[in-house]
Amino acid sequence: MKSFTKLTSKIIPLPHTDVDTDQIIPARYLKVIDKSGLAEGLFDSWRRLEDGSQNPEFPLNQDEYQDAQILLAGDNFGCGSSREHAPWALMGWGISVVISTSFADIFRNNALKNGLLPIVVSEEIQKSLFDLSEEAPAATIDIDLEAQHFSLPNGDMVSFEIDTFSKTCLLEGIDQLGYLMKHENQIAAFEAMRNE
Amino acid sequence: MMHKKPKNLFQKVWDAHLVAENDDAPSILYIDLHLIHEVTSPQAFSGLRDKGLKVRRPERTIGTMDHSIPTLSLDLETADDMAVKQLAQFEKNCTDFGIQFYGMDSPNRGIVHVIGPEQGFTQPGQTIVCGDSHTSTHGAFGALAFGIGTSEVEHVLATQALLQNRPKTCLVKFEGKLQRGVTAKDMILALIARIGIGGGTGHVFEYAGEAIRTLNMEERMTLCNMSIEAGARAGMIAPDNVTFEYLAGRPYAPSGEAWKAALKKWRQLPSDKGAEYDQTITIDVSKLEPMVTFGTNPGMGTEINSSVPSPIHESDPAKKSALEKALAYMDLAPASALKGHPVDVVFIGSCTNSRMSDLRAAASILKGRKVAEGIRLLVVPGSENIRLEAEAEGIDEIVREAGGEWRFAGCSMCIAMNGDNLEPGQYAVSTSNRNFEGRQGKGGRTFLASPLTAAASAITGKITDPREFI
Ligand code: SF4
Repeated sequence: MKSFTKLTSKIIPLPHTDVDTDQIIPARYLKVIDKSGLAEGLFDSWRRLEDGSQNPEFPLNQDEYQDAQILLAGDNFGCGSSREHAPWALMGWGISVVISTSFADIFRNNALKNGLLPIVVSEEIQKSLFDLSEEAPAATIDIDLEAQHFSLPNGDMVSFEIDTFSKTCLLEGIDQLGYLMKHENQIAAFEAMRNE
Repeated sequence: MMHKKPKNLFQKVWDAHLVAENDDAPSILYIDLHLIHEVTSPQAFSGLRDKGLKVRRPERTIGTMDHSIPTLSLDLETADDMAVKQLAQFEKNCTDFGIQFYGMDSPNRGIVHVIGPEQGFTQPGQTIVCGDSHTSTHGAFGALAFGIGTSEVEHVLATQALLQNRPKTCLVKFEGKLQRGVTAKDMILALIARIGIGGGTGHVFEYAGEAIRTLNMEERMTLCNMSIEAGARAGMIAPDNVTFEYLAGRPYAPSGEAWKAALKKWRQLPSDKGAEYDQTITIDVSKLEPMVTFGTNPGMGTEINSSVPSPIHESDPAKKSALEKALAYMDLAPASALKGHPVDVVFIGSCTNSRMSDLRAAASILKGRKVAEGIRLLVVPGSENIRLEAEAEGIDEIVREAGGEWRFAGCSMCIAMNGDNLEPGQYAVSTSNRNFEGRQGKGGRTFLASPLTAAASAITGKITDPREFI
């Protein structure tokens, strides 16, 4: 897994609540058998107009965001389907961090297993970030996972929570399967205890 | 005398599957049953191959093809190239790793959450996972069943275990008796409308109360199926005689002495008296009416005789703009009536409502009637076994004579990956579980409802209260 330590980036505003994984990556893109090419379908129905051309209003299509890696969204991001294609598509496009007031459970799990950092902020901070991205779209914020905070252009520091395990895995790029496999003996003992 | 702290159903199942608990890492939870399908598993098998790993307990994983398969025929002639490739890869993965799977030619094939219970794989007290959020369906049997991502599918294949943080619990009590024409689907839509689609985040629901006890297993599955639409990790119902009667004699259910031993174990599962929950919600269903959604998530639902809400009455700016966006997508006027709104397509199927009782309910309204002019009715059984049983009862004839299409089993227009989809702008009444933008086809608009409401709406060509027909 890709490790995550620090990031300085512009913020891409997506001011919708309850962004479901069907919007992040529509089902018509799920016939792949690998993880490649999914960025093409990221937010497909919002990114493209009916005739298939790019929707100039959609932030992902705007020049100033082409190198941005932080997505700022409304409450309950990633609800709906369990498709891990959602974080794959986000990361394939170049997103490394999603900031919201809350995340759906499965999306959060999937994101963390791929080195995509979900940051939960208060409504107040969320609003100030939306304001910032509107007033100064080129402004960047600095995220420091080790220190568990990000700094705003005015110097304000915002701290965020993350559980120790997820944090270590992200910082060191640890694949959780490796961790789980180190417990093989315990799994075998559990099976033996149940007479299998 | 020692008093053990009373446990709820979830705690009992969770505790019985704990392989290890760590202070600074999630718990390791043993998984009894793993279900896989073609869409969310290929990258997990690639991961195993890349790492040179085997499947630890192949007999604990069962595969089926459901999402991208055509429902027009049992061959893949109408499937597109990518689907054909995905299905072939799935078959190869299962074969290479020694996993039992149901292919297109198997009468036991069907939607993953329909065949688990049907075959008796799904049993009380188990931990069950699948790379699919509607795994919550299996909780109807008193199992802890939840959806996982593809990385986790790989974890389960390789280790038969998962890293999990213990969720919170919420007791959802459905009190009172349902009125005629009001179903389990309406109960769950009412719950989600009340608490919102993020209302259950971080929690496992336990459904209890008078109205739950009177539901049959298929209805309980409908209810648990949509737990995820409230954001809950899982939904569970304590097993009782209804559960045991359903399971008895199923191909993979225990039999003989093993059945007796299992029963003894299963009877211990219901929550102890005095068991605690992090939250409790009570809903009185005695005055509940059939529900229908008006918006673009399952929480945007209301009683069928109510009107579409008005954004001007919404004080929270985020909710207001979400509602405006939803109504714009649905092209519905604020405060307009839902009943009587014209529809183009009616879809009866999906892991929410594609079992025998759903098809019989729809058939009870369709029988001897004709679908309204210009309306497309699509009926898709949840499994091939269900299709065959329904055909033996003549339900296929009822559907065809009414002017509807009768299909082979699969997910079909629930997810619209297989060519069964809405056209842009079309309205559908659908018995499935998601009305997200474009879920049933790009630009398509979905009203979620029960099979009764769907069938009644097919007859009139507009959203219709099924009680007019029963
Ligand atoms: S029927 Fe729909 S919700 Fe159920 S498993 Fe298939 S695609 Fe998912």
